[in-house]
Amino acid sequence: MPIVTDAGFAPDDLNARFSPSDDLPANGPLSIDVASDADLTPVLARLEEATAIRVAFPSSADGRGFTIARQLRRAGYTGRLRAEGHVIADQYAMARRSGFDEVEISDDLAARQPEDQWLARADWQAHDYQSRLGRRRDTKSAAASA
Amino acid sequence: MYHYTDFDRDFLAERNAQFRAQVERRLDGSLTEDEFKPLRLMNGIYLQLHAYMLRVAIPYGTLASGQMRTLAVLAEKWDKGYGHFTTRQNIQYNWPRLVDIPDMLDTLGEVGMHAIQTSGNTIRNVTADHFAGAAKDEIADPRPVAELLRQWSTDHPEFQFLPRKFKIAVTGSPNDRAVTRSHDIGLVMKEQDGEIGFEVIIGGGLGRTPMIGKTVRDFVPKADLLPYCEAIVSVYNRLGRRDNKYKARLKITVHENGIEEMRQRIEDRFAQLKPLFSGVDQVMLAGIEAQFALPAFTSNAPAPILDPVLQSFVDTNVTAHKRDDHAIVTISLKKHGETPGDATADQMRLMADLADAHAYGELRISHEQNVILPHVRRDALPVLFAALRSAGLGTANIGLASDIIACPGMDYCALATARSIPVAQEIAKRIDALRIEHEVGALKIKISGCINACGHHHVGHIGILGLDRAGVENYQITLGGDATETAAIGERAGPGFAYDQVVPAIERLILAYLDLRAGDEETFIDAFRRLGPAPFKAALYPQENQDAA
Repeated sequence: MPIVTDAGFAPDDLNARFSPSDDLPANGPLSIDVASDADLTPVLARLEEATAIRVAFPSSADGRGFTIARQLRRAGYTGRLRAEGHVIADQYAMARRSGFDEVEISDDLAARQPEDQWLARADWQAHDYQSRLGRRRDTKSAAASA
Repeated sequence: MYHYTDFDRDFLAERNAQFRAQVERRLDGSLTEDEFKPLRLMNGIYLQLHAYMLRVAIPYGTLASGQMRTLAVLAEKWDKGYGHFTTRQNIQYNWPRLVDIPDMLDTLGEVGMHAIQTSGNTIRNVTADHFAGAAKDEIADPRPVAELLRQWSTDHPEFQFLPRKFKIAVTGSPNDRAVTRSHDIGLVMKEQDGEIGFEVIIGGGLGRTPMIGKTVRDFVPKADLLPYCEAIVSVYNRLGRRDNKYKARLKITVHENGIEEMRQRIEDRFAQLKPLFSGVDQVMLAGIEAQFALPAFTSNAPAPILDPVLQSFVDTNVTAHKRDDHAIVTISLKKHGETPGDATADQMRLMADLADAHAYGELRISHEQNVILPHVRRDALPVLFAALRSAGLGTANIGLASDIIACPGMDYCALATARSIPVAQEIAKRIDALRIEHEVGALKIKISGCINACGHHHVGHIGILGLDRAGVENYQITLGGDATETAAIGERAGPGFAYDQVVPAIERLILAYLDLRAGDEETFIDAFRRLGPAPFKAALYPQENQDAA
């Protein structure tokens, strides 16, 4: 399961056991799996304890995860934020602009869309109408200064 | 008019290069068909009945003459010599080859045009009053705000995979010519205590479940427009249904959750988003507004109009301009018997030339599928009309019974269940043959070839919906719809009509109106509102009346 960042493909360095957002353990630190149709209330209530959040993309046509990422960053979440599932290389810039740090994809998808197709979108900060209009990105650093 | 900056040009070049690569990656298997489809759609490319179709955005319906000439080039070089102007102020090319489309997009890019977000589950091309900037009745030109919304919504990272398509329309006039109440977001400009802002209407839409939009906020100051719109779409992206594509539009989300709940969620989200907007967008908006300054008007005193044919054209196709010495001229793409909204490459070039000669180089496309010269010197009307007439563009029927909106229907569209274009053509020809069009006066007939209602039939005074009944075309008629600030959904009159019966039915309806009206001044819709549907239904279904008698 490669992890995609601006630097390309890398193995998963998190070594985390993710818990579903509707069934969180009593004690942190938390690594949370958020489904695309999840109620964010329990996640937002325990953001301080979260070190990693993984938002599911069941299909590349399901864009709810982009809004979820921004909601989490706006709420001040500064930990690792990962998009996981059927995210295609063409969506990498959208994921980064929405506040994700990285994308976790399947070996199949990585074989079909090799590293160069993702690196082609690593310049996600360029050509961005939103930033040009002075809308602050919901990134990790923005969350930290919020 | 808005002039592209280096940023816009670089963005477009990058985007076109990305799409070119996406086509190649589809062919080499990097992208599956399911993955490629939304990508081609958000770049304006449909797969239709016979071929791919490219839908080019004409943001808020505004075109410079040079851009119109490029549209003519595309029609000639990559299509069959014509293009089709649509109800969302776009132009569609029905016969391109997929491999040629990247070259078409590059050619458009050279004149600051694109096909971005003219399709797909994205925020679509923002539409506006086609008389914007010229209309006597407007508070201010709504197009700078439409351009700001275009920039904000273009490649918006959060909103490229929404539950369903999302349409925004804006008007600067209280007389709504932009059908704002049939859009996901309708923006109606208002002035409050000297400040410009917008009434924000959400959840309108046509399609299989027609809804008139509801006001979610009476007044949003201009400076808050982007965060407010972003709040609406952001709430919708998570709340909108994704289990059933027919229940996925914002109108259903509003209907199922209620406007109060939606308002609360949107206001909460807006409060979170507003601080993220630094105010730079307002600086950008001021720069955009400066580019929409009125042209440097010049005029000579017009000669009196003596030619009755020219007078007839002026009576129907000319609208009052902000300035008395200028006029807004609507060029009909509805010549009796022609395909509504189609223009040949030669006609496009002629209209561009006329815009340069008499109208400061500017053109508009209306959602009613006509072309508009928004600023015409009144003294130029005779020479302009003569030139239009010689090219088959002098039809004096704007707002009349043959000025019909029709979707492409089964002649082109993969979704259609019946033909629309031939019905429009036959109605127009029949009305012309009867010589009653000018006597009948204002009448909006709108035709859709399927339940998706691209032909706006729900808001036609007379709406026609073509369906498939066991393999046979069947046409339902609705009455009393209204697309303006008094928006209403038409009511179904009764059983549908066969293809060869629908034109006679419309004829009976129109003749009945002439008998029923209180006087020459009472329009079809006014007569319908006064009398109710009964006498109109009686005209549509005379046999049943005899049976009942």
